[in-house]
Amino acid sequence: MKSWQAGIASTLLGLAIWQTIVTLGDLQKFILPGPVLVAETLWKSRVIIIENAWVTLSEVLLGLVLGALIGGISAIMLASSPMTRALVRPMLVFTQAIPVFALAPILNLWLGFGLTSKVVMALIIVYFPVTSAFFDALIRVNPDWLGLGRVMGAGKWRVMWHIRIPAALPGFASGLRLAAVYAPIGAIIGEWVGASKGLGYLMLLANGRAKIDLMFAALIVLAVMTICLHAATDQFCKRFLDRTDA
Amino acid sequence: MTQAPTLHMKGSAKIGDTLIFDALDLTVAAGQWTCLLGSSGVGKSTVLKLFAGLAEHVDFSGTFGAESGPLDGKIALMAQSDLLLPWLTVAQNVALGARLRGEASDAGKVASVLDRVGLADKSKSKPSELSGGQRQRVALARTLMEDRPVVLLDEPFSALDAKNRARMQELSAEVLEGRTVLLVTHDPAEAARLGHAIVVMTESGAQTVTPPQGAVPRAIDNENVLKVQAALLARLREDA
Ligand SMILES: Nc1ncnc2c1ncn2[C@@H]1O[C@H](COP(=O)(O)OP(=O)(O)OP(=O)(O)O)[C@@H](O)[C@H]1O
Ligand SMILES: [Mg+2]
Repeated sequence: MKSWQAGIASTLLGLAIWQTIVTLGDLQKFILPGPVLVAETLWKSRVIIIENAWVTLSEVLLGLVLGALIGGISAIMLASSPMTRALVRPMLVFTQAIPVFALAPILNLWLGFGLTSKVVMALIIVYFPVTSAFFDALIRVNPDWLGLGRVMGAGKWRVMWHIRIPAALPGFASGLRLAAVYAPIGAIIGEWVGASKGLGYLMLLANGRAKIDLMFAALIVLAVMTICLHAATDQFCKRFLDRTDA
Repeated sequence: MTQAPTLHMKGSAKIGDTLIFDALDLTVAAGQWTCLLGSSGVGKSTVLKLFAGLAEHVDFSGTFGAESGPLDGKIALMAQSDLLLPWLTVAQNVALGARLRGEASDAGKVASVLDRVGLADKSKSKPSELSGGQRQRVALARTLMEDRPVVLLDEPFSALDAKNRARMQELSAEVLEGRTVLLVTHDPAEAARLGHAIVVMTESGAQTVTPPQGAVPRAIDNENVLKVQAALLARLREDA
Protein backbone atom coordinates (compact mmCIF):
# COMPACT_ATOMS: atom_id res chain seq x y z
CA MET A 1 0.00 0.00 0.00
CA LYS A 2 1.42 3.38 -0.96
CA SER A 3 1.43 6.08 1.68
CA TRP A 4 -1.34 8.14 0.06
CA GLN A 5 -3.48 5.03 -0.19
CA ALA A 6 -2.83 4.33 3.45
CA GLY A 7 -3.76 7.95 4.22
CA ILE A 8 -7.09 7.66 2.44
CA ALA A 9 -7.86 4.30 4.00
CA SER A 10 -7.13 5.58 7.47
CA THR A 11 -9.26 8.71 6.88
CA LEU A 12 -12.19 6.55 5.78
CA LEU A 13 -11.73 4.32 8.81
CA GLY A 14 -11.74 7.37 11.08
CA LEU A 15 -14.94 8.69 9.47
CA ALA A 16 -16.58 5.28 9.81
CA ILE A 17 -15.75 5.09 13.51
CA TRP A 18 -17.06 8.64 13.99
CA GLN A 19 -20.36 7.85 12.23
CA THR A 20 -20.73 4.60 14.18
CA ILE A 21 -20.33 6.39 17.50
CA VAL A 22 -22.94 8.97 16.51
CA THR A 23 -25.39 6.32 15.25
CA LEU A 24 -24.96 3.73 18.01
CA GLY A 25 -24.80 6.34 20.79
CA ASP A 26 -27.85 8.06 19.34
CA LEU A 27 -26.12 11.40 19.96
CA GLN A 28 -27.90 14.71 19.39
CA LYS A 29 -26.37 16.83 16.67
CA PHE A 30 -25.61 19.65 19.12
CA ILE A 31 -23.49 17.19 21.14
CA LEU A 32 -21.62 15.41 18.35
CA PRO A 33 -22.70 15.91 14.76
CA GLY A 34 -21.93 13.08 12.34
CA PRO A 35 -19.44 13.42 9.49
CA VAL A 36 -22.15 13.78 6.87
CA LEU A 37 -23.71 16.75 8.62
CA VAL A 38 -20.30 18.35 9.16
CA ALA A 39 -19.47 17.86 5.49
CA GLU A 40 -22.76 19.52 4.53
CA THR A 41 -22.07 22.45 6.82
CA LEU A 42 -18.53 22.68 5.50
CA TRP A 43 -19.93 23.09 2.00
CA LYS A 44 -22.81 25.41 2.91
CA SER A 45 -20.63 27.69 5.03
CA ARG A 46 -17.62 27.49 2.76
CA VAL A 47 -17.40 31.22 2.15
CA ILE A 48 -17.32 32.21 5.79
CA ILE A 49 -14.95 29.33 6.62
CA ILE A 50 -12.50 30.20 3.85
CA GLU A 51 -12.54 33.88 4.79
CA ASN A 52 -11.69 33.07 8.37
CA ALA A 53 -9.22 30.34 7.49
CA TRP A 54 -7.39 32.81 5.30
CA VAL A 55 -6.99 35.17 8.25
CA THR A 56 -5.67 32.41 10.50
CA LEU A 57 -3.32 31.16 7.79
CA SER A 58 -1.86 34.65 7.34
CA GLU A 59 -1.27 34.94 11.08
CA VAL A 60 0.36 31.53 11.21
CA LEU A 61 2.60 32.07 8.20
CA LEU A 62 3.74 35.51 9.32
CA GLY A 63 4.39 34.19 12.83
CA LEU A 64 6.27 31.20 11.47
CA VAL A 65 8.51 33.20 9.16
CA LEU A 66 9.23 35.95 11.70
CA GLY A 67 9.68 33.47 14.55
CA ALA A 68 12.09 31.36 12.49
CA LEU A 69 14.03 34.47 11.46
CA ILE A 70 14.28 35.98 14.93
CA GLY A 71 14.88 32.55 16.48
CA GLY A 72 17.64 31.82 13.98
CA ILE A 73 19.38 35.13 14.65
CA SER A 74 19.06 34.68 18.43
CA ALA A 75 20.57 31.20 18.25
CA ILE A 76 23.56 32.54 16.29
CA MET A 77 24.04 35.39 18.78
CA LEU A 78 23.81 33.02 21.73
CA ALA A 79 26.21 30.55 20.16
CA SER A 80 28.75 33.17 19.16
CA SER A 81 29.20 34.93 22.45
CA PRO A 82 29.55 33.35 25.89
CA MET A 83 28.74 36.78 27.32
CA THR A 84 25.37 36.97 25.54
CA ARG A 85 24.77 33.39 26.56
CA ALA A 86 25.39 34.12 30.23
CA LEU A 87 23.14 37.17 30.21
CA VAL A 88 20.32 36.10 27.94
CA ARG A 89 19.93 32.39 28.56
CA PRO A 90 18.45 32.67 32.08
CA MET A 91 15.97 35.20 30.71
CA LEU A 92 15.00 32.79 27.96
CA VAL A 93 14.52 29.97 30.42
CA PHE A 94 12.36 32.20 32.58
CA THR A 95 10.22 33.50 29.75
CA GLN A 96 9.86 30.01 28.40
CA ALA A 97 8.37 29.01 31.74
CA ILE A 98 5.49 31.48 31.23
CA PRO A 99 2.60 29.65 29.57
CA VAL A 100 1.88 31.31 26.25
CA PHE A 101 -1.84 31.16 27.08
CA ALA A 102 -1.22 33.59 29.91
CA LEU A 103 0.38 36.07 27.53
CA ALA A 104 -2.54 36.22 25.12
CA PRO A 105 -4.67 38.75 27.05
CA ILE A 106 -1.67 41.00 27.60
CA LEU A 107 -0.70 40.90 23.95
CA ASN A 108 -4.28 41.77 23.01
CA LEU A 109 -4.15 44.66 25.41
CA TRP A 110 -0.87 45.95 24.00
CA LEU A 111 -1.25 45.16 20.34
CA GLY A 112 -4.98 45.35 19.84
CA PHE A 113 -7.51 42.83 18.59
CA GLY A 114 -6.24 42.75 15.03
CA LEU A 115 -3.71 40.67 13.19
CA THR A 116 -0.59 41.83 15.05
CA SER A 117 -1.34 40.28 18.42
CA LYS A 118 -2.00 36.86 16.82
CA VAL A 119 1.13 37.03 14.72
CA VAL A 120 3.13 37.82 17.83
CA MET A 121 1.50 34.91 19.68
CA ALA A 122 2.47 32.54 16.87
CA LEU A 123 5.92 34.11 16.73
CA ILE A 124 6.53 33.56 20.44
CA ILE A 125 5.40 29.97 20.27
CA VAL A 126 7.62 29.36 17.21
CA TYR A 127 10.61 31.17 18.64
CA PHE A 128 11.60 28.69 21.35
CA PRO A 129 11.76 25.42 19.43
CA VAL A 130 13.66 27.11 16.59
CA THR A 131 16.10 28.90 18.88
CA SER A 132 16.83 25.94 21.10
CA ALA A 133 17.17 23.34 18.34
CA PHE A 134 19.41 25.60 16.25
CA PHE A 135 21.44 26.74 19.25
CA ASP A 136 22.08 23.16 20.38
CA ALA A 137 23.24 22.23 16.90
CA LEU A 138 25.51 25.29 16.69
CA ILE A 139 27.13 24.40 20.01
CA ARG A 140 27.64 20.74 19.08
CA VAL A 141 29.53 21.28 15.83
CA ASN A 142 32.57 19.01 15.62
CA PRO A 143 35.27 20.92 17.54
CA ASP A 144 37.96 19.58 15.20
CA TRP A 145 36.31 21.44 12.32
CA LEU A 146 36.47 24.63 14.35
CA GLY A 147 40.13 23.92 15.15
CA LEU A 148 40.89 23.43 11.48
CA GLY A 149 39.20 26.75 10.76
CA ARG A 150 41.31 28.49 13.38
CA VAL A 151 44.58 27.01 12.09
CA MET A 152 43.62 28.16 8.61
CA GLY A 153 43.36 31.69 9.96
CA ALA A 154 39.59 32.20 9.90
CA GLY A 155 38.00 34.83 12.13
CA LYS A 156 35.11 33.97 14.41
CA TRP A 157 32.39 35.15 12.03
CA ARG A 158 33.83 33.38 9.00
CA VAL A 159 33.97 30.16 11.03
CA MET A 160 30.38 30.84 12.01
CA TRP A 161 29.24 31.46 8.46
CA HIS A 162 31.24 28.79 6.64
CA ILE A 163 31.36 25.99 9.21
CA ARG A 164 29.02 26.32 12.18
CA ILE A 165 25.85 27.52 10.46
CA PRO A 166 25.95 25.00 7.58
CA ALA A 167 26.79 22.22 10.01
CA ALA A 168 23.87 23.20 12.25
CA LEU A 169 21.22 23.57 9.54
CA PRO A 170 19.70 20.14 10.23
CA GLY A 171 19.09 21.30 13.80
CA PHE A 172 17.42 24.48 12.51
CA ALA A 173 15.26 22.35 10.23
CA SER A 174 14.07 20.09 13.01
CA GLY A 175 13.18 23.14 15.09
CA LEU A 176 11.25 24.55 12.17
CA ARG A 177 9.31 21.32 11.66
CA LEU A 178 8.19 21.42 15.29
CA ALA A 179 7.40 25.10 14.99
CA ALA A 180 5.10 24.49 12.03
CA VAL A 181 2.87 22.40 14.28
CA TYR A 182 2.98 24.88 17.15
CA ALA A 183 2.37 28.07 15.19
CA PRO A 184 -1.39 27.49 14.61
CA ILE A 185 -1.84 26.92 18.35
CA GLY A 186 -0.50 30.41 19.01
CA ALA A 187 -2.74 32.03 16.45
CA ILE A 188 -5.86 30.21 17.67
CA ILE A 189 -5.27 31.10 21.31
CA GLY A 190 -4.84 34.70 20.25
CA GLU A 191 -8.15 34.58 18.42
CA TRP A 192 -9.94 33.00 21.35
CA VAL A 193 -8.87 35.77 23.66
CA GLY A 194 -10.22 38.42 21.39
CA ALA A 195 -10.71 38.73 17.66
CA SER A 196 -13.32 39.44 15.05
CA LYS A 197 -11.86 37.15 12.39
CA GLY A 198 -10.13 33.79 12.09
CA LEU A 199 -10.95 30.13 12.63
CA GLY A 200 -10.55 30.42 16.40
CA TYR A 201 -13.05 33.28 16.42
CA LEU A 202 -15.42 31.31 14.19
CA MET A 203 -15.26 28.31 16.52
CA LEU A 204 -16.14 30.41 19.56
CA LEU A 205 -18.95 32.09 17.63
CA ALA A 206 -20.35 28.74 16.47
CA ASN A 207 -20.07 27.34 19.97
CA GLY A 208 -21.97 30.29 21.42
CA ARG A 209 -24.80 29.74 18.98
CA ALA A 210 -24.81 25.97 19.53
CA LYS A 211 -23.78 25.42 15.91
CA ILE A 212 -21.61 22.49 16.79
CA ASP A 213 -21.51 21.28 13.18
CA LEU A 214 -19.92 24.59 12.12
CA MET A 215 -17.47 24.31 15.00
CA PHE A 216 -16.42 20.89 13.82
CA ALA A 217 -16.13 22.08 10.25
CA ALA A 218 -13.81 24.87 11.36
CA LEU A 219 -11.84 22.42 13.50
CA ILE A 220 -11.32 20.08 10.56
CA VAL A 221 -10.17 22.91 8.32
CA LEU A 222 -7.73 23.94 11.04
CA ALA A 223 -6.38 20.40 11.34
CA VAL A 224 -5.98 20.04 7.60
CA MET A 225 -4.25 23.40 7.47
CA THR A 226 -1.79 22.35 10.18
CA ILE A 227 -1.03 19.07 8.43
CA CYS A 228 -0.43 20.86 5.13
CA LEU A 229 1.77 23.43 6.82
CA HIS A 230 3.83 20.71 8.43
CA ALA A 231 4.18 18.83 5.16
CA ALA A 232 5.15 22.01 3.30
CA THR A 233 7.73 22.90 5.94
CA ASP A 234 9.09 19.38 5.79
CA GLN A 235 9.43 19.61 2.01
CA PHE A 236 11.04 23.01 2.27
CA CYS A 237 13.57 21.73 4.82
CA LYS A 238 14.37 18.68 2.70
CA ARG A 239 14.95 20.75 -0.44
CA PHE A 240 16.94 23.28 1.50
CA LEU A 241 19.15 20.65 3.15
CA ASP A 242 19.62 18.86 -0.16
CA ARG A 243 20.74 22.08 -1.73
CA THR A 244 23.20 22.81 1.06
CA ASP A 245 23.83 19.10 1.57
CA ALA A 246 24.22 19.38 5.30
CA MET B 1 56.40 32.10 2.24
CA THR B 2 58.23 33.33 5.31
CA GLN B 3 61.40 31.59 6.42
CA ALA B 4 60.70 28.08 7.74
CA PRO B 5 61.43 28.06 11.50
CA THR B 6 62.89 25.42 13.78
CA LEU B 7 60.39 24.02 16.30
CA HIS B 8 61.11 22.68 19.71
CA MET B 9 59.13 21.15 22.52
CA LYS B 10 60.48 20.42 25.96
CA GLY B 11 58.30 19.36 28.85
CA SER B 12 55.50 17.11 29.91
CA ALA B 13 51.81 16.95 29.15
CA LYS B 14 48.80 15.91 31.17
CA ILE B 15 45.15 15.58 30.25
CA GLY B 16 43.16 15.88 33.46
CA ASP B 17 45.13 13.79 35.92
CA THR B 18 46.56 11.44 33.31
CA LEU B 19 50.16 11.92 32.31
CA ILE B 20 50.41 11.70 28.51
CA PHE B 21 54.17 12.13 28.11
CA ASP B 22 57.01 13.15 30.36
CA ALA B 23 60.39 14.79 29.75
CA LEU B 24 59.91 15.06 26.02
CA ASP B 25 62.69 16.91 24.26
CA LEU B 26 61.89 17.29 20.59
CA THR B 27 63.50 19.45 17.94
CA VAL B 28 62.08 19.81 14.46
CA ALA B 29 64.78 21.26 12.25
CA ALA B 30 64.01 24.19 9.98
CA GLY B 31 63.14 23.32 6.40
CA GLN B 32 63.39 19.57 7.00
CA TRP B 33 61.16 16.54 7.41
CA THR B 34 61.06 15.10 10.91
CA CYS B 35 59.23 11.79 11.26
CA LEU B 36 57.67 11.02 14.62
CA LEU B 37 56.91 7.41 15.48
CA GLY B 38 55.76 5.66 18.62
CA SER B 39 53.10 3.31 19.88
CA SER B 40 49.45 4.23 19.79
CA GLY B 41 48.37 6.58 22.56
CA VAL B 42 51.87 7.79 23.38
CA GLY B 43 50.90 11.36 22.52
CA LYS B 44 52.03 12.00 18.95
CA SER B 45 48.81 13.71 17.88
CA THR B 46 48.89 15.66 21.13
CA VAL B 47 52.30 17.06 20.16
CA LEU B 48 50.89 18.24 16.84
CA LYS B 49 47.84 19.77 18.49
CA LEU B 50 50.05 21.64 20.94
CA PHE B 51 52.08 23.16 18.10
CA ALA B 52 48.88 24.02 16.25
CA GLY B 53 47.40 25.75 19.29
CA LEU B 54 44.50 23.31 19.48
CA ALA B 55 45.23 21.71 22.83
CA GLU B 56 43.12 23.67 25.34
CA HIS B 57 42.34 20.35 27.01
CA VAL B 58 46.04 19.57 27.53
CA ASP B 59 47.93 20.75 30.57
CA PHE B 60 51.46 21.27 29.28
CA SER B 61 54.34 22.27 31.50
CA GLY B 62 57.50 23.32 29.74
CA THR B 63 58.19 25.27 26.61
CA PHE B 64 57.37 24.77 22.97
CA GLY B 65 57.25 26.81 19.80
CA ALA B 66 59.68 28.42 17.40
CA GLU B 67 62.68 30.56 18.28
CA SER B 68 61.68 32.96 15.54
CA GLY B 69 58.45 33.96 17.25
CA PRO B 70 54.79 32.94 17.47
CA LEU B 71 53.47 30.32 15.11
CA ASP B 72 50.06 31.92 14.50
CA GLY B 73 49.25 31.86 10.82
CA LYS B 74 52.38 29.90 9.99
CA ILE B 75 51.00 26.38 10.33
CA ALA B 76 49.14 24.02 8.07
CA LEU B 77 47.69 20.99 9.84
CA MET B 78 46.44 17.73 8.42
CA ALA B 79 44.74 16.04 11.35
CA GLN B 80 44.39 12.31 11.84
CA SER B 81 40.79 12.36 10.58
CA ASP B 82 40.14 14.02 7.24
CA LEU B 83 37.69 16.68 8.57
CA LEU B 84 36.17 17.21 5.15
CA LEU B 85 33.04 19.35 5.29
CA PRO B 86 30.21 17.16 3.97
CA TRP B 87 28.22 20.03 2.45
CA LEU B 88 31.08 21.23 0.25
CA THR B 89 32.32 19.61 -2.94
CA VAL B 90 35.80 18.14 -3.15
CA ALA B 91 37.10 21.25 -4.92
CA GLN B 92 35.47 23.54 -2.36
CA ASN B 93 37.00 21.51 0.46
CA VAL B 94 40.43 21.82 -1.12
CA ALA B 95 39.91 25.60 -1.36
CA LEU B 96 38.58 25.85 2.21
CA GLY B 97 41.51 27.91 3.52
CA ALA B 98 40.92 30.73 1.04
CA ARG B 99 37.17 30.63 1.69
CA LEU B 100 37.72 30.88 5.44
CA ARG B 101 40.12 33.78 5.10
CA GLY B 102 37.83 35.61 2.71
CA GLU B 103 40.39 35.41 -0.08
CA ALA B 104 39.58 34.63 -3.69
CA SER B 105 40.34 30.97 -4.24
CA ASP B 106 42.73 30.09 -7.04
CA ALA B 107 40.66 27.71 -9.17
CA GLY B 108 43.63 26.85 -11.37
CA LYS B 109 45.74 25.84 -8.39
CA VAL B 110 42.89 23.81 -6.90
CA ALA B 111 42.47 21.94 -10.17
CA SER B 112 46.18 21.26 -10.48
CA VAL B 113 46.54 20.01 -6.89
CA LEU B 114 43.49 17.79 -7.33
CA ASP B 115 44.98 16.49 -10.53
CA ARG B 116 48.24 15.69 -8.77
CA VAL B 117 46.49 13.70 -6.02
CA GLY B 118 44.70 11.82 -8.79
CA LEU B 119 41.20 13.15 -8.11
CA ALA B 120 40.66 15.58 -10.98
CA ASP B 121 37.50 13.71 -11.97
CA LYS B 122 36.07 13.97 -8.45
CA SER B 123 36.26 17.73 -8.05
CA LYS B 124 32.46 18.15 -8.08
CA SER B 125 31.72 15.11 -5.89
CA LYS B 126 30.66 15.34 -2.29
CA PRO B 127 32.96 13.73 0.33
CA SER B 128 30.29 11.12 1.10
CA GLU B 129 30.74 9.77 -2.42
CA LEU B 130 34.44 9.05 -1.88
CA SER B 131 36.34 6.08 -0.48
CA GLY B 132 38.44 6.44 2.67
CA GLY B 133 41.66 6.69 0.69
CA GLN B 134 40.16 9.25 -1.66
CA ARG B 135 38.99 11.35 1.25
CA GLN B 136 42.45 11.24 2.73
CA ARG B 137 43.91 12.48 -0.55
CA VAL B 138 41.43 15.36 -0.58
CA ALA B 139 42.57 16.29 2.93
CA LEU B 140 46.17 16.13 1.74
CA ALA B 141 45.34 18.35 -1.22
CA ARG B 142 43.67 20.84 1.14
CA THR B 143 46.82 20.88 3.27
CA LEU B 144 49.12 21.30 0.27
CA MET B 145 47.03 24.30 -0.85
CA GLU B 146 47.98 26.13 2.33
CA ASP B 147 51.17 28.04 1.73
CA ARG B 148 52.57 27.77 5.24
CA PRO B 149 56.19 27.45 6.44
CA VAL B 150 55.32 24.81 9.03
CA VAL B 151 53.34 21.72 8.05
CA LEU B 152 52.08 19.19 10.58
CA LEU B 153 50.93 15.88 9.10
CA ASP B 154 49.18 13.31 11.29
CA GLU B 155 49.36 9.92 9.57
CA PRO B 156 48.54 11.51 6.21
CA PHE B 157 48.99 8.37 4.10
CA SER B 158 47.57 5.75 6.49
CA ALA B 159 44.48 4.93 4.40
CA LEU B 160 46.21 4.72 1.02
CA ASP B 161 47.05 1.69 -1.11
CA ALA B 162 50.76 1.01 -1.69
CA LYS B 163 50.91 2.69 -5.07
CA ASN B 164 49.10 5.84 -4.01
CA ARG B 165 51.03 5.96 -0.77
CA ALA B 166 54.35 6.04 -2.62
CA ARG B 167 53.04 8.67 -5.05
CA MET B 168 51.60 10.89 -2.35
CA GLN B 169 54.83 10.68 -0.35
CA GLU B 170 56.74 11.84 -3.41
CA LEU B 171 54.24 14.60 -4.16
CA SER B 172 54.34 15.88 -0.57
CA ALA B 173 58.13 15.81 -0.48
CA GLU B 174 58.19 17.88 -3.64
CA VAL B 175 55.51 20.41 -2.74
CA LEU B 176 56.66 20.87 0.85
CA GLU B 177 60.34 21.18 0.06
CA GLY B 178 62.04 23.82 2.20
CA ARG B 179 59.26 23.81 4.81
CA THR B 180 59.50 22.55 8.35
CA VAL B 181 57.51 19.33 8.28
CA LEU B 182 56.58 17.20 11.28
CA LEU B 183 55.14 13.90 10.08
CA VAL B 184 53.50 11.45 12.46
CA THR B 185 53.51 7.90 11.11
CA HIS B 186 53.28 4.26 12.17
CA ASP B 187 55.10 3.10 9.06
CA PRO B 188 58.88 2.53 9.44
CA ALA B 189 59.29 2.44 5.64
CA GLU B 190 57.70 5.85 5.36
CA ALA B 191 59.97 7.31 8.03
CA ALA B 192 63.04 5.80 6.36
CA ARG B 193 61.97 7.27 3.02
CA LEU B 194 61.00 10.75 4.09
CA GLY B 195 62.79 11.66 7.32
CA HIS B 196 65.74 14.01 7.47
CA ALA B 197 65.36 13.14 11.13
CA ILE B 198 63.54 10.24 12.77
CA VAL B 199 62.26 10.40 16.32
CA VAL B 200 60.70 7.56 18.29
CA MET B 201 58.47 8.75 21.09
CA THR B 202 58.04 6.71 24.27
CA GLU B 203 56.46 7.43 27.63
CA SER B 204 59.84 8.49 28.96
CA GLY B 205 60.87 10.85 26.20
CA ALA B 206 61.99 10.88 22.59
CA GLN B 207 64.93 9.06 21.04
CA THR B 208 66.39 9.91 17.68
CA VAL B 209 67.22 7.24 15.12
CA THR B 210 69.81 7.93 12.42
CA PRO B 211 68.07 8.18 9.05
CA PRO B 212 69.54 6.83 5.81
CA GLN B 213 71.80 9.06 3.74
CA GLY B 214 70.50 10.89 0.70
CA ALA B 215 67.89 13.39 -0.37
CA VAL B 216 64.21 12.71 0.27
CA PRO B 217 62.11 11.08 -0.97
CA ARG B 218 64.52 8.17 -0.97
CA ALA B 219 64.02 5.11 -3.15
CA ILE B 220 61.94 2.49 -1.35
CA ASP B 221 64.28 -0.32 -2.39
CA ASN B 222 67.51 1.47 -1.52
CA GLU B 223 69.64 -0.81 0.61
CA ASN B 224 70.22 1.73 3.37
CA VAL B 225 66.56 2.68 3.46
CA LEU B 226 65.67 -0.98 3.91
CA LYS B 227 68.25 -1.34 6.66
CA VAL B 228 66.98 1.66 8.59
CA GLN B 229 63.44 0.44 8.10
CA ALA B 230 64.34 -2.93 9.59
CA ALA B 231 66.23 -1.37 12.49
CA LEU B 232 63.34 0.99 13.14
CA LEU B 233 60.85 -1.84 13.17
CA ALA B 234 62.99 -3.75 15.66
CA ARG B 235 63.27 -0.59 17.75
CA LEU B 236 59.48 -0.10 17.76
CA ARG B 237 58.88 -3.72 18.71
CA GLU B 238 61.16 -3.66 21.71
CA ASP B 239 59.46 -0.46 22.81
CA ALA B 240 56.10 -2.22 23.07
N1 LIG C 1 40.43 14.92 24.51
C1 LIG C 1 41.04 14.00 25.27
N2 LIG C 1 40.64 13.76 26.53
C2 LIG C 1 41.24 12.84 27.30
N3 LIG C 1 42.26 12.10 26.89
C3 LIG C 1 42.73 12.27 25.66
C4 LIG C 1 42.14 13.23 24.78
N4 LIG C 1 42.81 13.20 23.62
C5 LIG C 1 43.76 12.25 23.76
N5 LIG C 1 43.72 11.70 24.98
C6 LIG C 1 44.61 10.67 25.49
O1 LIG C 1 45.92 11.14 25.29
C7 LIG C 1 46.77 10.09 24.91
C8 LIG C 1 47.55 10.49 23.68
O2 LIG C 1 46.67 10.65 22.61
P1 LIG C 1 47.21 10.95 21.14
O3 LIG C 1 46.03 11.12 20.28
O4 LIG C 1 48.18 12.06 21.20
O5 LIG C 1 47.95 9.60 20.79
P2 LIG C 1 48.73 9.17 19.49
O6 LIG C 1 50.15 8.94 19.86
O7 LIG C 1 48.48 10.16 18.40
O8 LIG C 1 48.05 7.79 19.14
P3 LIG C 1 47.68 7.14 17.72
O9 LIG C 1 48.94 6.61 17.15
O10 LIG C 1 46.75 6.04 18.07
O11 LIG C 1 47.07 8.21 16.88
C9 LIG C 1 45.90 8.86 24.70
O12 LIG C 1 46.13 7.99 25.78
C10 LIG C 1 44.50 9.37 24.73
O13 LIG C 1 43.68 8.45 25.41
MG1 LIG D 1 47.38 10.13 16.70
